[in-house]
Parts: sequence; C-alpha cells; structure tokens
Amino acid sequence: MEFLSYLISGISLGSVYAIIALGYTMVYGIAKMLNFAHGDVIMVGGYISFCAISYLGLPGWLALILAMAVCTVLGIVIEGLAYKPLRSAPSLAVLITAIGVSYFLQNTALLIWKAAPKVYPSLIPTTNAQGESNALQLFNGQLSISYISLLTMASCIVIMIALTLFTSKTKMGKAMRACSEDKGAAQLMGINVNATISTTFAIGSALAAIAGVLLCSSYPTLQPTTGSMPGIKAFTAAVFGGIGSIPGAFLGGLLLGIIEAMAKAYISTNLANTIVFAVLIVVLLVKPAGLLGKYVPEKV
Amino acid sequence: MKKLRIKQHTRTDFLTYLGVIILFVVMNILKSNGTLSRSLTGQLVPICCYMSMAVSLNLTVGILGELSLGHAGFMSVGAFSGIVAAMSLQNIIPAVPLRLAVAMIIGAAAAAIAGAIVGTPVLRLRGDYLAIVTLAFGEIIKDLVNCLLVGYDSKGLHMAFNLTGSKTIDDLGMKEGGIAIIKGAQGATGTTTIATFTAGFILVMVTLFVVLNLKHSRAGRAIMALRDNAIAAESVGINITKYKMMAFVTSAALAGAAGALYGLNFSSLQATKFNFNTSILILVFVVLGGLGNLWGSLIAAAALTVLPELLRAFSDYRMLVYAIVLILVMLTTNNPTLKTFFSRFKLHKPTGKEAV
Repeated sequence: MEFLSYLISGISLGSVYAIIALGYTMVYGIAKMLNFAHGDVIMVGGYISFCAISYLGLPGWLALILAMAVCTVLGIVIEGLAYKPLRSAPSLAVLITAIGVSYFLQNTALLIWKAAPKVYPSLIPTTNAQGESNALQLFNGQLSISYISLLTMASCIVIMIALTLFTSKTKMGKAMRACSEDKGAAQLMGINVNATISTTFAIGSALAAIAGVLLCSSYPTLQPTTGSMPGIKAFTAAVFGGIGSIPGAFLGGLLLGIIEAMAKAYISTNLANTIVFAVLIVVLLVKPAGLLGKYVPEKV
Repeated sequence: MKKLRIKQHTRTDFLTYLGVIILFVVMNILKSNGTLSRSLTGQLVPICCYMSMAVSLNLTVGILGELSLGHAGFMSVGAFSGIVAAMSLQNIIPAVPLRLAVAMIIGAAAAAIAGAIVGTPVLRLRGDYLAIVTLAFGEIIKDLVNCLLVGYDSKGLHMAFNLTGSKTIDDLGMKEGGIAIIKGAQGATGTTTIATFTAGFILVMVTLFVVLNLKHSRAGRAIMALRDNAIAAESVGINITKYKMMAFVTSAALAGAAGALYGLNFSSLQATKFNFNTSILILVFVVLGGLGNLWGSLIAAAALTVLPELLRAFSDYRMLVYAIVLILVMLTTNNPTLKTFFSRFKLHKPTGKEAV
C-alpha cells in the first residue's frame, strides 16, 4: 500500500514534469533551441493565478484561464522580441539569449512580488469546509489519493492526447511537423514559418501556465526561482524520452517523477536528484537519442 | 606571406599575456593607492578565478566545440578538495604561498580525475545530449558534495557520507582538537583564507599558457579538426576519444585549480554556490567573449563580474539591467545588418574558423 501511494505521488509529480516537457519538446523540435526561459514562464503562470485567486478573488478555473492567456501572450512576445531576430544566429547565441530572458523574468518577478515565498491557495484544498480530506479513499482508507493529484494526472493525459491529435490532424499541426523537419522546404510549400514558430511558443507557454498552476497546487510555495528546478527536470525528462518527440516527453516526464518519488522514499532524500540524473546518464549511454527519440546517423 | 601569418597569432598571444600583466600592475597600484573601492578589492580574486574558468571552458566549448553546462561542477571539486588539502596541511607546510600552491595542484588533480570519470561516458554523446549530461553531472557533483562530511585530526582525515541527512560532524569520531572542514549542507566553514591577488594573477597566466600552447600544438590542431568535422578528422587517423579526453580533462583540471583558489578566498563556502547558474555564468563569459577567443573570454569575465558592482546605483534593478544588457548584446552582435556594417572597419576579415 505504501508502495502504491509513493507510486501515485510519483505519477502526479511526473505528470507536471510531462506537461512542462511537452512544451520544451515542441519548442525544441521546431526552433531547435533549448529554451531555458521555459521554467520561468511556469513561475509567471503561478504568480498570475496566485494574484487572480488571492487579490481578485476569482475562482480557480478562471485564474487558470487568465494565467494561460497571460503566459501565451508572454511566450509570443518573448519569441518575437528575443528569439526571432536570432533565427540565423549560432545556436549558442540563442541559448545565451534564452538565459538572459530567464534572468529577466526572474528578476522582474522579484521586483513585483518580492523574494518572500507566497503560500499558494491550491485549486483543490487538501481539506474541505467540513474538515474532511479532499481525497479519494481506496481499500478502506488505506490508500488515499488527493483530488489535486487526480486532476494533475487527468490533465496530463488530456493534454498529451490533444497535442498528439493536434500535430497529426490539424493544418497548423502538420505545418509544425513540416517546419521541424525542414524549414526551407516548408516555406517553399507555402507555410508561414514565423507564424508557425510563434504558435508553437504560444502553445508551449500555455502548457507552462497549466503546469505552473498544478505544480503550485501540489507544492504550495511560490517564489521567483520556483520554476528553475522543475524547468531543468522537465528538460531532463524531454531528453530522457527523446527530445522533439511528444510521446517521448510524456513517458520521460512520468518516469522521471516516479524515479524521483521512489528515490526519495526508499533511498535518500538528499540524493533524489542525483539518482534521477544518474538514471538519465545511463539511459543516454544505452540509447544516445533518448527512449523514443530517433537516432539519425550522420551521412558523409 | 606565410611568415607573417605565423607572427600574427604569436603576436595576439603575446598581447594577451601583456594585457594581463598590465592589468595586474595597474590593479596593484590602484589597490595600494586606495582608489579601488572595498567591494571591488574583494572582487579581485574571484575575477581572476572567473577569468581562468572562462579560459578553461573556452577550451571545451570554443576549441573542442562541445557545449558543457556543468563546468561549475569541476570548480566545486577543485574548491572543496583544495580547502581540505589547505586545512589539513596547515601544520605540515607552514609557508602560506607553498600551501596555497599545493592546495591548487591537489584541486586541479581532483578535478582532472572527476573530468576523466565524467568525460568517459559524456564524450560519446553529441550536441544537446552531451550538454544535458554535463548539466546532470554538475548537479550530481553538487548533491554529493552537499552530503559530504570531512574532518581532520591528529590521526589524519576522516570522511563520512551523510546519506540520510541524520549524520553530523560528531559522527566522524574525531579526537579532541580535530577540525571540521566540510560540514555537509553547511559547506566548508571556518576556512583560513589564504588566497591572494598575486596567486590569482599567476593562475590566470598559467591557465593562458596551458590553453594557448595546447591550442597551437599538434594536439590542439587535432582537437580543432575534430570540432570542424569529426568524421573527416577520424578518416585521416585522428584518435577522437584521445583528443576529446585531452581537451576535456585539461579544461577540468584548470577549472579545479581556479576552484581551489576561489574556495580559499572565502571563510565559508557551500556546495550550492557551484550550481547550474554558475556554470551558465561562465558560459556567458565564453560566448560573449567569442568562442575560441581567449582574450575575449578574459575581458568578458572581468567586465561581467564588475558590471553588477558598477550597477549598484540601480540597486534593486541591477540584475534586471544585467539581464537586459545580456539580451541586447546578443541581439546586436548577431544582427546581420550591424555585422556587415562593422566588418567594413575590420582590417582582417574573420577567417571563419570559429565553431558555430
């Protein structure tokens, strides 16, 4: 029973990683850049929804939509101002710019919301008004799963299915896949490459906002650096599953969450991150392009 | 014509050394005059460390052409092994400069071993996968040092690994009069600070000497050939693993020496100091200074370490300004229109040798 509850908390954490990793992987697939500012968009999403709930008194779902809207706009603005001028620049220059954007977002948040951590009002509090716990009781109460974990897992699955359908069925999704394969050829086929990349950033940032709300609902401390570690973990998850692949990001995120929860429970709290990263290294040594990534041998 | 070309790179090298020497002399004069502000005087040794970190990372990123996001990990290994060495050799080597030198050499050796351990699996990967694995190693090193307990007494070194978080320095079972050197998450506290600006200057000179000589040697040409086209290099008989490891381990060892000096400059130091952000900071120096361009790395490291100090007037806004400066510099240096505009004024056309 104990094992099951650890497993479920791992899947719940992994779902958050998976949502962030989906955003990472889409942006990487199309723009071929490591968007280090992605983690900080999560933090912005967290703060926006926090303000909406605490100061404006909006209901949780409306706060989520507001956070998504703000982050979508933020994603498009970041892409347009910082990344678009560097389309033909070396990839390291884009990487450093992304880091600059990440510093910018963190320090702006620090100026607006100050360094002291905020206590995030969870979308679904752990106990309801009557003092009963908001959790699904199974096996005569031996196993309890909080509703917020259920919501996290459900949203992750919904997002994953929606994204898969979007990229395989819609026109925009097909354009995205075309751009990620060959931008020049896509342009010749009449695809607006810039608009497609902007849309990808918009979707990635909206996903980051959802992840921010879900993350803060489960781990309710919010501060300007909240997004960095989940950002790095999600990046790891995306690489773990094979960067650029949507099912890969999903699988990588889930596995990473489970490994982290298990390592925390059974091995050592201090070394949980070490174990996660060690597993990543071993996986990459066996499969150099990640679990579901395609290994493209270089042709001469 | 050929003779002139060879002269040009020796001239650049010579000017780089000369620049560092002049900078050292000027700084020393300013320091003795008292013109240098206190906070800036305190920054002198860290600036030297960052300069040498930037040059050593440039060896991996600029000359070998592999993106490393875990360079601070090697700095961390060097810093903590250097601190342990300096603290435990206090009675054996009373002369401070000699002890500092020994500590830096031990730091470099420890980092070189770490570099060899990390490099063996890492260098088999490519591009962004290699970057993420170096990032992972940096984080692993940070976490491992965070769990480390080290003490020294009359019987020698005592070490323990704080896996569960329940052990303290008392569990080392030291005799009376023993000193705790590294206390897990608290890091190294009570370190005798023996780092000096002169040592920093020597460190920068040695780092430059090693990297410049490696770059212009036969091995260096092999490393650059690997960067430009690994397959072509392999087909003419260059041993990929050997040369990649050579560059990577040298870079790690130099970072270790810089780390040891850095660690011995502060009386207290935590492992979290050498996190992902520090690795990124050094990468920023390298990219802003220009890949493969060593004097560029030196200037970028010095300027960007001093910049937040100079921006004190902006108080709370200084890191924000720093971020904006960073983005604007990247945007302007990579702007195609501005690039063609500036290239008109350049005497020598860029040779296009640098990695993209």
